[in-house]
Amino acid sequence: MAINVLKPGLSTTVQDLGRPGYYHIGIPTSGGMDTLSLAAANLLVGNDAGAAVLEAVFMGPELEFTQDAMVAVTGADLPPKVDGQEQPCWTAFKVKKGQVLSFGFLKKGARGYIAVSGGIDVPVVLGSRSTYTLGALGGFEGRKLAAGDVLPVGAGALVAEGRSVAEALRRAPGAPAELRMLPGLYWHRITEHAGKTFFEDTWKVAPEADRIGYRFKAGRPLDFVPRTPPFGAGSDPSNIVDACYPYGSVQVPSGTEPIVLHRDAVSGGGYMMIGTVVSADMDLIGQLQPHTPTKFVKVTMEQALTARADRSKTLEAIAKSLA
Amino acid sequence: MTTRYTFGGDEHIFVECSEEMSLEAFFKGMSITTALRNAKIKGVTEICPANASFQVRFNPDIIAPDEMMRQLKALEAVAQSAPSTLNTRIIEVPVYYNDPWTHETGQRFRERHQDPTSTDIEYTARINNLDGIDGFIKAHSGAPWFVSMVGFVAGLPFLYQMVDRDRQIQSPKYLRPRTDTPRLTVGHGGCFACIYSVRGAGGYQMFGITPMPIYDPNQTTSYLRDFMCLFKPGDIVKWKPIGREEYDHTVAEVDAGRWQPRIAPVTFSLEEFAKDIDGTNARVMEALNGH
Repeated sequence: MAINVLKPGLSTTVQDLGRPGYYHIGIPTSGGMDTLSLAAANLLVGNDAGAAVLEAVFMGPELEFTQDAMVAVTGADLPPKVDGQEQPCWTAFKVKKGQVLSFGFLKKGARGYIAVSGGIDVPVVLGSRSTYTLGALGGFEGRKLAAGDVLPVGAGALVAEGRSVAEALRRAPGAPAELRMLPGLYWHRITEHAGKTFFEDTWKVAPEADRIGYRFKAGRPLDFVPRTPPFGAGSDPSNIVDACYPYGSVQVPSGTEPIVLHRDAVSGGGYMMIGTVVSADMDLIGQLQPHTPTKFVKVTMEQALTARADRSKTLEAIAKSLA
Repeated sequence: MTTRYTFGGDEHIFVECSEEMSLEAFFKGMSITTALRNAKIKGVTEICPANASFQVRFNPDIIAPDEMMRQLKALEAVAQSAPSTLNTRIIEVPVYYNDPWTHETGQRFRERHQDPTSTDIEYTARINNLDGIDGFIKAHSGAPWFVSMVGFVAGLPFLYQMVDRDRQIQSPKYLRPRTDTPRLTVGHGGCFACIYSVRGAGGYQMFGITPMPIYDPNQTTSYLRDFMCLFKPGDIVKWKPIGREEYDHTVAEVDAGRWQPRIAPVTFSLEEFAKDIDGTNARVMEALNGH
C-alpha cells in the first residue's frame, strides 16, 4: 500500500515518538511536537501509539490512497475531507482505494496529526522513523514531503469507522496559552525584578516558531546581574561557555526574546537558560500559532510531576476508551 | 571549581563543572559522566558531556528527580579519585585555509561582521597579534585541539586549543549570525573552534574548509559506514594545512569512496599536560607519524 502525495502542504513531515539516545552528538530526539495527539491518532486507527504519522503544520497535504485504509486526524482543528466530503477530527474514518484525502482551512491549533492504519512505513533510522530535517535524517528522505512523493504504508487492519476521542480528553492550549515552567539552570543570572516581569508579562509567539524552537516576544527585556565574563563564555551578559540545552529549556539571548527549544532542538550553545517548560506542556507548544498570547507560569518540581501524571492519565483514558 | 547542580524541568539535571572553560573542567565532567554511565542507573536515558558542564536526561516515572540528584551527587566523589587519563585517538583534519568558498560567504555577510573591510582570518590574526594569514595558520595548526563537546547540530565538534590560555586564539562571534555557512567550514567563536557538519546558519568566524565529511546520514562515506558521526568528546584533532590541489584531490578521493582519515590511538594525561604542554603535544602528534 502506498500514498501518493499530490500536494505536500506547507511543511509536512513523517514523525513518530522520536529518536532518543543521540543528543550527546547533536542529533535531537525529533518526533511529533504534540505526542499526545500523535498517540491518539494512532490509537484511533488501531495502530500502536508510536507508529509513524504525518505531522502537517498550518495547512494539510493532499493525498491519494492506493488501497483502503482507516485514517484519523488529531491535534489542530484541520478539517479532513475525503473526495471533498468533510470528516470529523479526532474520529476514525475510511478512505477507499483511489480516493483523495485533503484538508480545509485551519480553524484552531497549529499541527495536525494524520494517522493511517498500518503506519507510514519509511525506513527506521537510529531506532525511529522521525524526520530531522536539519540533519537530513530519517523520515521520507530526510526532508519535508514534496508533490510526487510516494509514501509506503505498513499493513494494518481496518478498525470500525466512527471511533472517536471524547472532547474532554482532547488537550489544547487555553487563551492565553499557559506554559508551566520550572525556574533553574542560569536563573541566577537575571535580576529579581526581571524574574518577576518574566512571569507577569503576556508574551506573543513570534513568527520564528518551528520544530527547533519557539520564539516569544512582546514582554519586557530581562536585566542581568552584573559579572566579569568567565573565560570562554563571550562578552554578552547572556553568554555562557557553550553547554547542553535541555528539551523545553528557555534561553533568552541578550535578555530580549525567550526561545523554548523543542524536539528538533539544537543540542547546545552559548546562551543562558532561565528554566525549562515542564514535560507535560511540550505538547501544547506544538499547537501554538504565531501571535498567540502566552504566559509562563512558575511551578515547583512537585507541580511539574503532578502535571506529568495528569498527562499520562489522559493518554491512558484515551487508550482505554479505544481498546 | 565548585560543581553546580540544577534541574532542567522534570526530565533533566544540568551540571556546571565550572563557569569558565578549562581542560580541568572538561575532565571533571568527563569523569563524572563516565562514572554515571558505568553505574547503569535505571531511568537514565541520555548522558551529554559538554565543554565545562554536562547534562543527564532521566525518566521521572522510573527514578524520582530527588533520588536521581542524590545518586548523581554521590558519583562526584567517586569520579574525583579517578585518574585524569584518557585513552583516545588523534585525527588529522586537512584544512584549506583562506579558501574561496568561506571567503565568498564572508563577503556576502560582511555588514554583520566587526570589521567589514577585512576578512575573518585577517581580522582574527590582527586581534590576536599574529603575523598575517601565514602567522595565523601557523598558530592555528601548530598545536593539537581537544574535542570538548559534540553538538549544536548533528556531529558538530567544538574544539579547545591545547596551549596556554595566553596563547589561545580568541575571536568574537559575528555581530549578527549569518543565515548561511558552507558545509565543513572550520570556524571559531570565543576560544572554541568548530567544524560545521552541515550547511546552515552560524555566527563563528570562518577560517577555511576541510574536504573531509564528518557527518553522513546516508553513510556512504567510506569511514562513516559504521556510524554517521565521526567525532566523540575526548578526540584530539591535528589540523593539516593543505592547498587547492590537495583539497580537490581529497574531495575526489572521498567521493570515490577511497579516502581514509589518518587516525592513531593515543593516551592523554591531564597531569602530564599541565606539567609540560609542548612536550605532551609533541608526543600526541607524533602518534600520527607512527603509521
